[in-house]
Amino acid sequence: MTSVATPETTLGATTAEVCIAACADTYRESGEILAHAVGIIPALGARLAKLTTAPEIVLSDGEAFFLSGPPMPGDPDAAAPAVEGWAPFRRVFDIVATGRRQSMMGASQIDRFGNQNISLIGDWARPTRQLIGVRGAPGNTANHRVDYWVARHSTRVFVDAVDMVSGVGNDRAREAGLEHHHLGVIVTNLAVLGYGADGIVTVLSVHPGVDPQTVTDSTGFALDATDAPLTRTPDAEELRLIREVLDPRGTRSREVAD
Amino acid sequence: MSDKRVSIEEAVATIESRMTIGIGGWGSRRKPMALVREILRRDITDLTVVAFGGPDVGLLAAAGRIRRLVYGFVSLDSIPLDPLFTRARERGDLEIEEYDEGMFVTGLRAAASRLDFLPILAGLGSDVLPANPRLRTVASPYSDAQYVAMPALPLDVALVHVNRADAQGNAQYLGPDPYFDDLFAMAATRTIVSTEKVIPTSALLDEGSFHTLLFSRIYASAVVEAPGGAHFTTCAPDYERDEAFQKHYVASAKDPSAWAEFERTFLQTDEAGYRSAVAQFHADRGES
Repeated sequence: MTSVATPETTLGATTAEVCIAACADTYRESGEILAHAVGIIPALGARLAKLTTAPEIVLSDGEAFFLSGPPMPGDPDAAAPAVEGWAPFRRVFDIVATGRRQSMMGASQIDRFGNQNISLIGDWARPTRQLIGVRGAPGNTANHRVDYWVARHSTRVFVDAVDMVSGVGNDRAREAGLEHHHLGVIVTNLAVLGYGADGIVTVLSVHPGVDPQTVTDSTGFALDATDAPLTRTPDAEELRLIREVLDPRGTRSREVAD
Repeated sequence: MSDKRVSIEEAVATIESRMTIGIGGWGSRRKPMALVREILRRDITDLTVVAFGGPDVGLLAAAGRIRRLVYGFVSLDSIPLDPLFTRARERGDLEIEEYDEGMFVTGLRAAASRLDFLPILAGLGSDVLPANPRLRTVASPYSDAQYVAMPALPLDVALVHVNRADAQGNAQYLGPDPYFDDLFAMAATRTIVSTEKVIPTSALLDEGSFHTLLFSRIYASAVVEAPGGAHFTTCAPDYERDEAFQKHYVASAKDPSAWAEFERTFLQTDEAGYRSAVAQFHADRGES
């Protein structure tokens, strides 16, 4: 099996692979919860976690079924995943309300308190661009841990104020008294961001090969990346799983170019 | 027991302008598209539409039939946005109530239970509250907790499409997900059930276990046999989404002259004409 779109097939990880490992790390202390991951890199991250550090997490097929493990398109010897549960949409909302879930969602905009927008650009009454709508973001952020994935870290995404708060940020959550609110991390193509005790976005690590100044310059609010450590590089076994088992066709490079 | 079978024309003739109609299914999944197409053929306007929206909402919005839209989202699933809906929204043509998906379900549950509201955490702290000025919070009588008081979403008529039903309106789904069609039926004064196939009551367990009996005839007012009635959305296991046709819908919707052609070919005709035009669409593409 040769891996496509990974120029350094054995040595060195691509940025996409670093991002997948960072997404997988969000499940290290999650326990037995439903992993909900939107996007190619987050979905690969959840599957990688399932095969390595977080075997207890529950994965779904994206429709109505829970699967005993990730599909293994690159591994002919792997057992096909079995259906281990039924979760039509109505049950997903029940699970959200119990808190036994963790989401990694995308974001069209995020502000310095982690308020997220996926709904629209412009004015509510007459948007300049109607996006996907708030979807489940208000309920997710009110009920369980939510992380974000940003494939193109830029000042268009990281803004001073979002146009419509879909996912609730730390300042709003405190005001509203949301006791189950928990923002985890923001994984981007440049860095892993977290939140300080004041609820404001900070830099946890910068990806290998990225100039810390680029992180600051690509963020629309004050963000100091100067002293941030490097994001960890996936180990040999993680790289094998990503390249040979989980994503042999290299779909990850569609979200983050090599 | 009453035989509730009627033609699609008779069923939709009971829908009046200014009614609040709930449309079952989810996004581009098991939508009662034949019923929606029949609404488009008639002079029914100023509707309040309540839905997890897909092309049902896009088509009704583009035809100017919706005065007010109450929704959890509008999406075509494999294609994230419906261009007919987004255009209507960006023009400011629609009055809008947009809710978090869980809030939307809670509003249907409240209506189904004949309650004014139900409490829910979702929405607190988000801009869903300021965007919907009628939304209020409610204080727990047992603690200091505050919840969103999600108002009931009662419906004059619910439109749903299921895989099988008997002539009395016992409705069955055979796919992986019931969506919320039973809740729509319970939240409505009347429910029109369209179905791939009307079968004898004694055959209801032939193709699926008793768990697939989605809702009872006590919630059904009319039964319409409409094979292919969810097209182009999925109606698994009877058929999957017609992705090629959905792509054609989206491409046409983005261009006014192409849209006029789409309307002429597929919408300015009866249901039999629609089905033969769809067959011709696939034949022209070299598909059987």
